[in-house]
Amino acid sequence: MTTTVLPRVNYLNHEHGVASWLLTKDHKRIGILYLIVVAVAFFLGAIFAAGVRMELTTPQGDLVSADTYNKLFTAHGVMMVFFVLIPVVPAILGNFAMPLMIGAKDVAFPKLNLLSWYVFVIGFLFTIAALIFGGVDTGWTFYTPYSSTASNSNVMLTGLGVFIAGFSSILTGLNFMVTIHRMRAPGMTWFRLPLFVWAIYATALVQVLGTPVVAITVLMMALERALGFGIFDPRLGGDPVLFQHLFWFYSHPAVYIMILPPMGAISEVIACFSRKNVFGYSFVAFSSLAIAVFGFLVWAHHLFVAGISPYSAMVFSFLSFAVAIPSAVKTFNWTATLYQGAIWWRAPMMWVFGFIGLFLIGGLTGLFLASLGLDVHLHDTYFVVAHFHYIMVGGAIMGFLAGLHFWWPKMTGRMYSDGAATLSALLVFVGFNLTFGPQFILGYLGMPRRYHVYPDEYQVLNVLSSAGTSILGVGYTLTAVYLIYSLFRGERAGANPWLATGLEWNNTDSPPLPHNFSDLPVVSEGAYEYSKRGMKVA
Amino acid sequence: MLESIPLFPEQASSLAPEVDNLYFFVLAITGFFALLVAVLVVIFAIKYRDRTGNRVGAPITGSIPLELGWSIIPFFVSMAIFVWATVVFFHIVRPPDQTLEIYSTGKRWMWRFQHIDGQSEINELHVPLGRPVKVTFTSEDVLHSLYVPAFRVKADAIPGRYSSIWFTPTKTGQYHLFCAEYCGTKHSGMIGSVYVMDPDEYQAWLSGGGGLSMTARGEQLFQQLGCVSCHLNDGSGRGPSLAGKFGTQETLANGETVNVDDTYLRESILTPQLRLVAGYQPLMPTFQGLVNEEGVMSLIEYIKSLPAAPATGAATQTQAQGR
Ligand code: HEC
Ligand SMILES: [Cu+2]
Ligand SMILES: [Cu+2]
Repeated sequence: MTTTVLPRVNYLNHEHGVASWLLTKDHKRIGILYLIVVAVAFFLGAIFAAGVRMELTTPQGDLVSADTYNKLFTAHGVMMVFFVLIPVVPAILGNFAMPLMIGAKDVAFPKLNLLSWYVFVIGFLFTIAALIFGGVDTGWTFYTPYSSTASNSNVMLTGLGVFIAGFSSILTGLNFMVTIHRMRAPGMTWFRLPLFVWAIYATALVQVLGTPVVAITVLMMALERALGFGIFDPRLGGDPVLFQHLFWFYSHPAVYIMILPPMGAISEVIACFSRKNVFGYSFVAFSSLAIAVFGFLVWAHHLFVAGISPYSAMVFSFLSFAVAIPSAVKTFNWTATLYQGAIWWRAPMMWVFGFIGLFLIGGLTGLFLASLGLDVHLHDTYFVVAHFHYIMVGGAIMGFLAGLHFWWPKMTGRMYSDGAATLSALLVFVGFNLTFGPQFILGYLGMPRRYHVYPDEYQVLNVLSSAGTSILGVGYTLTAVYLIYSLFRGERAGANPWLATGLEWNNTDSPPLPHNFSDLPVVSEGAYEYSKRGMKVA
Repeated sequence: MLESIPLFPEQASSLAPEVDNLYFFVLAITGFFALLVAVLVVIFAIKYRDRTGNRVGAPITGSIPLELGWSIIPFFVSMAIFVWATVVFFHIVRPPDQTLEIYSTGKRWMWRFQHIDGQSEINELHVPLGRPVKVTFTSEDVLHSLYVPAFRVKADAIPGRYSSIWFTPTKTGQYHLFCAEYCGTKHSGMIGSVYVMDPDEYQAWLSGGGGLSMTARGEQLFQQLGCVSCHLNDGSGRGPSLAGKFGTQETLANGETVNVDDTYLRESILTPQLRLVAGYQPLMPTFQGLVNEEGVMSLIEYIKSLPAAPATGAATQTQAQGR
């Protein structure tokens, strides 16, 4: 940390004014643009969640009406899934860091990259409009025939928003794939790529192959709703369960769009703060690909009680167990990476510890749901709600925050308060467990999800859960506060505050230059060669 | 106070202990792995902590045997869970031969139950202790899901199809009955109670009121809707004889064979053109809209009750082919 002056010219200060941002083709600035929109979406989604949790502190439906409640959890789901979880790591951290990490000046198609952001924002605005004009009450899953025939809320507008946002995801995926294939610096072979880049690559595959399916599914639902095409409604000769097949054919792989990139970020942070190679680099790299591919073969595990044949249920159960193995391998490899490391307890690593704890529980509870005999009882109960929040919030959001804390000094050139960040990681970890832990018990007791009113005996656990939410809220708010504060008062970070390996840390300043590198980097070693840096072994 | 906060659901069916044993097995296994990793992470994080930040870790890059080990062992462990869970699942989805049949329809936002003997009830279901019960149901509008946590059974109610759950109640009492699939405004109000009664109490309850039995109602409909004019029991009508059909196999005009079960009968009544019986003309009109889901269920009960008249099946075939 010798450099304390900001580089004279960097990507943040070389141009000024709103237009310079809205017309930028710089992947780093586009990453920041995404950060802003996603932060707004997260804030809205969190407000909706707070509404849901407040209502559920009492068994009666006394805070909001049943319809409002249904709109609240739908809005929460739509916001968080389509406008937070899917873009959060690829579009923010992927955009900002991936080209830097492979030694590229930008992504392959910078204009397309900006277009993707606009497409995303338009989708977001349509969805917001749907909420302002009265909301939507189908649940984020839009199951037919309710969505296509019965619901009288803004299904079309929301569907359109999601449909449009999907194209942003496809375009980003394409752009990243081409970038990783074509734009790597000399010497940056596939097996020298940082694991984050592998994860982004695997994710891009899923985005490109999976997203069109959900776009078409939403379109079919809209056709049925608007023009009475009989696709899903049996009265029109359609099949309601077909929708679920199509929807989950995308939406299960979408889980991997949400979790693979954070896993990649986790690998970076663990390597850096243990000062070691990631244990079993190629296992971890290939497990990302394996997850991406096998993720397409398990969709019907959402349909075990939806009238599919018991034999196909058996096959999908088997495949669901199989896809769990690569994730387990990653977790073991991360743990093994810590062994004999020189572990530096800084804030990003604290978020990683939180991630491991929550992801572990999220992943293992997935085994309960993959088990046919248990899923009959657990399906559509709070057990499922708890499980996917452990994966999506405990895994994806914690992983994102680990990555954000890691790259923040690079993005902004400033350091945040390490103490405050550690405290907020702790608050989020505790608040999260208090919020979602009791929901596992509620689920096994049999409380169905999406219930506005519930039997009295479930109240105590629900109150605990709601109490946890407030701690969680304080944790996230604290994060926002010290990060924003750091923009104005944070210490200068210097090029490489973490003494990390990687081109983004060693070959450019913080914040990076407008075109990333003054000289094109040439790579001659693997991604995590800490042992070759002439530092003492701990 | 604490006793009133349940942490574990009641076991009130023969399936419940099976499901719970599986649950504890999976809990033990996952608990072990969770603890293993958590403890290792904590130990490593403390033991290898470096406060200076400028030292590096040992140059370890990986170990193929270890990684294979922790891929293969979890795989076999998960297969053990898979096998056990699948066995339990087949117990849940395969009802025993002799069951007490009850029909039900879900619609926004209530469950109607129809007992064979004629009793019908809304959001309440009375069943006898110790006897396997099978509930066959469908939905009249959107998706619903019939769920009784104390029995550990659930299945989606899908418009246009029959689903079923079965259970043998093992404990008298009153249990929750939920709709588990989101269905709009009063989804959480689509709930009720299952009452498990001693068999003689149940008999008393059954005989207390409640009009025609389902079979009798079905027979009435069979007359009123004019089914009799084509479906004669001796096979001499324009349509095939339905006597003894249930549970057999039917050959269709396109050469396929189907099992004659509830779903097939329902489809034959509501969309007869969809699957034609071999050797017959597409003469049967659709009854969609002329008879409600419960009427269809009664018709099916009636068709089931028709005894097989010996050799009529063969007669029907030859006669039909001769046409
Ligand atoms: C106009 C004459 C006609 C009437 C009225 C009629 N059916 Fe049919 N039905 C047929 C014919 C012909 C077939 C065989 C061709 C086919 O599958 O559509 C048939 C087939 C069936 C089958 C399938 C039988 C099998 O062997 O697989 C069932 C069940 C059935 N009808 C029930 C009914 C019921 C119940 C009614 C009254 C609600 C009814 N039908 C009214 C002519 C009729
Ligand atoms: Cu899934
Ligand atoms: Cu419902």
